[in-house]
Amino acid sequence: MSTLSFSLDPTAAQTTPSQRTQYPIVTGTSVVGLKYKGGVMLAADTLCSYGSMAKYKDARRIRTVGTNTIIGASGEYSDFQSIMDTLEGHTQDDVNYDDGHKSDAKSIHSYLRAIMYQRRSKMNPLWNDLVIAGSGFLGYVDKIGTTYEDDFIATGFGSYLAIPILRSKWRPDLTEGEARALLEDCLRVLFYRDCRALNRIQIAKVAEGETGVVSEPYELETNWEGAGFESTKGGMEGDGGW
Amino acid sequence: MFRNQYDTDVTVWSPEGRLLQVEYAMESVKQGSACVGLRSSNYVVIGALKRSVNEMSSHQKKIMEIDSHMGIAIAGLTADARSLAKWMRNECLNHKYVYGESMPSKRLCDDLADRHQRTTQTYVRRPYGVGLLVGAYDEATGPHLYQTCPSGNVYEYFATSIGARSQSAKTYLEKHYEGFDNTEKDELIMHALRALSGCVQGDGELNKDNGSIAVVGKDQKFILIENDELSVYLDKLDVEGGNGEGEGEGGNDGDAMEES
Repeated sequence: MSTLSFSLDPTAAQTTPSQRTQYPIVTGTSVVGLKYKGGVMLAADTLCSYGSMAKYKDARRIRTVGTNTIIGASGEYSDFQSIMDTLEGHTQDDVNYDDGHKSDAKSIHSYLRAIMYQRRSKMNPLWNDLVIAGSGFLGYVDKIGTTYEDDFIATGFGSYLAIPILRSKWRPDLTEGEARALLEDCLRVLFYRDCRALNRIQIAKVAEGETGVVSEPYELETNWEGAGFESTKGGMEGDGGW
Repeated sequence: MFRNQYDTDVTVWSPEGRLLQVEYAMESVKQGSACVGLRSSNYVVIGALKRSVNEMSSHQKKIMEIDSHMGIAIAGLTADARSLAKWMRNECLNHKYVYGESMPSKRLCDDLADRHQRTTQTYVRRPYGVGLLVGAYDEATGPHLYQTCPSGNVYEYFATSIGARSQSAKTYLEKHYEGFDNTEKDELIMHALRALSGCVQGDGELNKDNGSIAVVGKDQKFILIENDELSVYLDKLDVEGGNGEGEGEGGNDGDAMEES
């Protein structure tokens, strides 16, 4: 059997089906988001990896749409840029209509659901997991069009490493400062254990009645003196673990 | 037959700077049976007089539901209106699927006006011969009443009327609209019926067969009130002695204006 996927004979029928994006190239890792008393907050690091190589260390993965919505993305960075271009076009359309209507986080979330689901149905997905936040709203959309809303959301490795922390520490009456500290804790654990993560992060929030803001990147303090980091098995040989 | 030599194409100007084909289309709105629309701070009511070809036929539908938050009353060519209604329903459905919320009524009316306008600038098309009253309740901005016309204009109103002998309704509404703001749903319907009763032709009267009312508003999905359900309100109108007497003022004035 030939390994060629094309034929030199233009009249010959194509033997292999055409393929679209099967895997991402340049990727961002987890996004973590939560609701707190008086707002919604997102956090993500600024690393974009090329495979396992930490290639871009200032890739801003949280951006604002219009004034009242913020979006964080993991997955293919170019697809995220393309999505943001589309959304900026939409924001401009709203202005051009001049009818006073503005898309809010809920409708942007729904719009992205429609786009993501349509693209996966064409076997050509946008390779991202997105977290959308706005006034009183926190929602998730993934590359196949799955959606949900929750009080706290994490994508990628975050769904294994950040969600357990959030489950035990999250409260609906979290203050803004507590919310930020909790997100930093999550990203710190992710930096320790996720090999595609970085300790340079951005935090973003939409506080009730205010416009969305995304912070400049800053570095998390880390401490590598824990037992698990000092010796390979954390001194737990013979306890039945590996 | 022809009014003049400049009226055979939509895209040709008359020396007075008019587009006569567009004006003729506007005329067909005035020939259609009357529709009224009015709103309070929570509800919009639209009403219409239905016509029947003869005793044996049914009455022509005048009010259509577009979505659960929006309805239209039509004056002019019903076939044109059905085509527009089909498009509007589709837009609402698409908007709801994509954005997960109801179509903002202003945006739909602007798009609808653009569709009307296109026909006035395109050689191969003719203007729609229909005027619409769009009554809608938006979650974000409350109740709205819009009027569209074949020329591509849209207007938002507190209350208005279109169609044959609609001047009588307009006169009634002009006199009362300032008090509509906190009016309850049933009273708003009564205002619509009082306005409509003046638009009935000749010695006819507004009854449960030719009357048609629709309401949409806060916590109130679009409902059409006709036949027996309408009788309840018509009975109240009879008690007032308001029906069949043409509401006095404006009735004849209106006819005179529409002929011009």
